Amino acid sequence: MTSINVRVDGASYSDDVEPRTLLVHYLREQLGKVGTVVGCDTSNCGACTVHLDGNAVKSCTVFAVQADGSEVTTIEGVGSADALHPVQKAFHEMHGLQCGFCTPGMIMASIDLLQENPSPSETEIREGIEGNLCRCTGYQNIVRAVQQAAGELSGSAGQA
Amino acid sequence: MIPAPFAYARPTTVDEALQAIADGGEDVKILAGGQSLIPVMRLRLAAPETVVDLTRVTELRGVREEGDTLVIGAMTTHHDVITDPLIAQHAPLIAEATETVADRQVRRRGTFGGALAHADPAGDLPAVALALDAEFVIAGPNGRRTVGAADFFVDYLTTALEDGELLVEIRVPKLSGTWGVRYEKFNRVAQAWSIVAVAAAVRRENGHIAEARIGLTNMGPTPLRARATEAALAGADATPEAIAAAARSAGEGTSPSSDLNGQADYRAHLVQVLTRRAVSAAAGL
Repeated sequence: MTSINVRVDGASYSDDVEPRTLLVHYLREQLGKVGTVVGCDTSNCGACTVHLDGNAVKSCTVFAVQADGSEVTTIEGVGSADALHPVQKAFHEMHGLQCGFCTPGMIMASIDLLQENPSPSETEIREGIEGNLCRCTGYQNIVRAVQQAAGELSGSAGQA
Repeated sequence: MIPAPFAYARPTTVDEALQAIADGGEDVKILAGGQSLIPVMRLRLAAPETVVDLTRVTELRGVREEGDTLVIGAMTTHHDVITDPLIAQHAPLIAEATETVADRQVRRRGTFGGALAHADPAGDLPAVALALDAEFVIAGPNGRRTVGAADFFVDYLTTALEDGELLVEIRVPKLSGTWGVRYEKFNRVAQAWSIVAVAAAVRRENGHIAEARIGLTNMGPTPLRARATEAALAGADATPEAIAAAARSAGEGTSPSSDLNGQADYRAHLVQVLTRRAVSAAAGL
C-alpha cells in the first residue's frame, strides 16, 4: 500500500491505496464519489473524465497514486442542486442528454474546453469533446448545450 | 478490469529512475503518461512486476534550443508540445501531427517520448520523427548514447531501447530555409488511430521543390520514409502533375498490414493519395 494525500472537490483526504488502484475506483469506492462513472476499459469513452489540477483527464487511465499531492474536481464538485454550474444548467436546458451516463464526463470535458477556448466554433466544440462518446443523442443537443454555456459564461446572450 | 498487482517506484531524477529500473526485477515497465500502458495493463495484456513512474522526473519535461537543434524532453506532454512556441517556430510538423493524436484528455497526460518509445505503427509521432531525422538520447547504466530515428524503430512495438535503459530526450534538427509542412491523416471516426498517414516537409526554391522528406505511418511494422517519392521530388517542378507522378511511388518498399480497418492493397492505394495531398499542401499548392 502507498499513502496518498489528495484534495477532492475541496476536501482533503489521506488514504492508503494499492498502486494498481485506478483514480476512478479510488473516487467511487473509497470516497463514495459515484457521480464519476466507468464506461469502458480502454480509455475511449471519457465517461470517467475529472479535472486533475484543473485539467480534464480520464480517471480510468490514471493511477490513484499519481494523484498524490494533487487537486481533483469531479462532477460532484462543480455545482450544487441549488446552484448548477453554467455548463450543467445548459445541458439541462438544452436537453444535452438522454440516458445520462456520458453526462458527467461530457460536462467535465466541456468545462475544460471552455476554460481554454471561451467561444469555440461548432467544429471546435465537436473536436474538443471527441474524447467523450454518447450513444444516445447524436451529439446535436450536447453541442448546443456547450454553445449556450459558452454564451452564458462569457456574459453574452447564448446562441442555441 | 483492474491491473494485476505491481511494485511502484516514483523517482524524481533520471539517476533515481535508472536505479529503480535496475532494482525492479525481470519485468519492469516505465510509466510516462500512461495513456497506452495503463489500458494495456487493465486488459492484462501486460502485468509488469514493477512500474517506474516518471511523472515527477521534472528534468525530462520541456523544450529547449541548442544551436541548430530543438531538444524535446521525453516527458513533455502532447498538450505542451502543441502549445510550445519553439516547436511552433522550428518544428511545426510535430505540433500539427500531435494535434491529431487521440483526444484532449489523452493529450493532457500522454507524452512525446512515451508515444515514440511505445512505437505503435499506427501512432502518429514515429513517422514525424523519422521524416525530421530526429535523434534519440537514451540513458542507461553505462551512460548515455544517441540513436538516429532510422535505427531507433526496430520492429512492431519494438525500439532500440534495451532493458535497463530510458529514453530521456529527442533532438530534432531545425529546418533551415523555407519549408512547408503537412501531416495528412486518414481515419474513420473521432480519436481513432491512423489507417494510414503521411508526414511531409518540403523545401521550395525558385518554383522548384529542392528537397522533400516524407514519413509514412502504418505502412509496415515501423514508420518508413517514402524514399522513391523523395528522390523523384528532388529538383522537380512544384506543380500538381509532378507531385502526383512522384506520389505514385510512395508505397515502394512498404509492407502494410491487413486488418479490420483496411486491406494491404487499400493502404497501398491510400498512401499514394495521402502523399500527393501532403506534399501538395507542404509545397503551398
